[in-house]
Amino acid sequence: MEIRDLTALELGRLIREKKISSPEATKIFLDAAKEDAAKEATQKSKINAFISIDEEGALKRAAEVQRHIDAGEMLSPVSGVPVAVKDNICIQGGLTTAASRILSNFVPPYSATVIEKLEAAGSVVIGKTNLDEFAMGGSTETSFYGVTRNPWDTERVPGGSSGGSAAAVAAGFAAYAIGSDTGGSIRQPAAFCGMTGLKPTYGSVSRYGLLAYASSLDQIGPICRDARDSAVVYSILSGGDPKDSTSIAQEAYRPCGLVHDGEHDIESGLKGKKIGIPANYLSDGISEAVRSRIRTAADELRALGAEVVEFELPLIEYAVPAYYIIACAEASSNLSRYDGIKYGYRSKNASDILETYYLSRSEGFGTEVKRRIMLGSFVLSSGYFDAYYKKALQVRGLIKGAFDAAFAQYDMLLGPVSPTPAYKIGGQISDPIAMYMADVYTVSVNLTGVPAIALPCGFTEGVRGEGGGLPVGMQLIGKPQGEHEILTAAAAYQTVTSYHKRRPGEGV
Amino acid sequence: MKITEELVDYVADLSRITLDRDEKVARGKDLGDILDYMDKLNELDTSGLPEMTHPFESENRFREDAVTNADRREEMLANAPESKGDFFRVFKTVEE
Repeated sequence: MEIRDLTALELGRLIREKKISSPEATKIFLDAAKEDAAKEATQKSKINAFISIDEEGALKRAAEVQRHIDAGEMLSPVSGVPVAVKDNICIQGGLTTAASRILSNFVPPYSATVIEKLEAAGSVVIGKTNLDEFAMGGSTETSFYGVTRNPWDTERVPGGSSGGSAAAVAAGFAAYAIGSDTGGSIRQPAAFCGMTGLKPTYGSVSRYGLLAYASSLDQIGPICRDARDSAVVYSILSGGDPKDSTSIAQEAYRPCGLVHDGEHDIESGLKGKKIGIPANYLSDGISEAVRSRIRTAADELRALGAEVVEFELPLIEYAVPAYYIIACAEASSNLSRYDGIKYGYRSKNASDILETYYLSRSEGFGTEVKRRIMLGSFVLSSGYFDAYYKKALQVRGLIKGAFDAAFAQYDMLLGPVSPTPAYKIGGQISDPIAMYMADVYTVSVNLTGVPAIALPCGFTEGVRGEGGGLPVGMQLIGKPQGEHEILTAAAAYQTVTSYHKRRPGEGV
Repeated sequence: MKITEELVDYVADLSRITLDRDEKVARGKDLGDILDYMDKLNELDTSGLPEMTHPFESENRFREDAVTNADRREEMLANAPESKGDFFRVFKTVEE
């Protein structure tokens, strides 16, 4: 039995049953992560999933959790299980960079609410994972700390922006990971790396301690090996938080239900469910590899008792432009805090206070971040505000209306996550519009606030290393606070399919 | 839309970013291309429609204006690029 291949729940059970200790398990994951980190950046086999690995802290923490477990305390399903955390989530006393030069020396004096919740559940954080700078990107190529490679084919991107988190789990450097999703940043890397990733309902997970990109779109969520792990981790992360006034009020919060495996009748979870596939998601601009897998998945869901039909979801071609206007507008405002004064990088070349701002930001931010800040500043500027920002907010309302109408007919929606499987490193990064358009299936979920889960539904045909054997992901989109329904549906799908069980190290 | 050099300078200024010659050209082209793509929204008549700033309807949540955190000056200053005594150190911001 390979410890690094287990799900978080399986490993958690072994730890509770004293078959392995938390420090022993933690060391196994750490050793694998450290071996990779020690490789030269030029080595093709280097995954580069982490920005920082906290070996000493993780081992100390694992020993502490083990003492609790031995005393019969802290017995959550993931107690003692190692987790990797995206490096845009604050952990007190540990470097938190958002993969940006401008935060290359930032050590937060507080922890995010999700970190406190994970700690209360007995988690062991082993490191902080790589991402696109400030979560702006879909390939983890815009990181100041170098690209992360996809464990399934190291010439390809892991997706993004939570590419380090998805790659860390896929490569067996952690049993599960935490990411954030503003326009697909949990789901798309999960799809590219063969993982199961949940973007929760807006407000169901506190954003306190998440470095803000676009505050009305950002959500933290899990990237795991399967839907059951995702359900458990979501249950730990979620709930109202007085420190985040946009989080769902505790009395309105709907717990997810599927917490302990074996307790629920998962296989019958899809019986009689109505699932709609937006037909236009499968028409233009999608690769045949993805389209055919989604159609096959529809049949697999039908076999589980679901009614799956294609329907026309209007307005989807407007989601990406509306999304980028809103996201960049919010980003330009949120990132104005990085000025080189109270924390972060300060330029040595400045000779007055204004130059401190200008040069610290110009030297501290990468190209994609500058591009988005400038776009955001433009759409918010007087003279252009109504034509772009106000217009995008109105279109957001129209898209929300289209989703509401769809959910009046269907329990959930099924679609692709990305038009293609993982592409080659360097393949798209020079064409921003092509990069943005690849988010077509994911951004509507953020604009409308609903939950969605990405999970593997097959692999590309052909030879590994030549475009074959790459994971293909699908996405189940739920109603607001419909986590229970989509997680149960995903878990049901995973009882009759084994795509999620394949590991990158195995042959095709 | 046509992006002039003046507009790039203006937007860079709003963004508190300096651009060199090559970056100005590149960011101007990006901005033009991306805005042309975004003009697709003009196909939709949205006159009189509400603006959706937040995914769900929400009300402001009030709380007592009470101090809940401790004095952690040293921890805050530990992240400062430059500090002096109990203060963040910056260039002079007011004329004599």
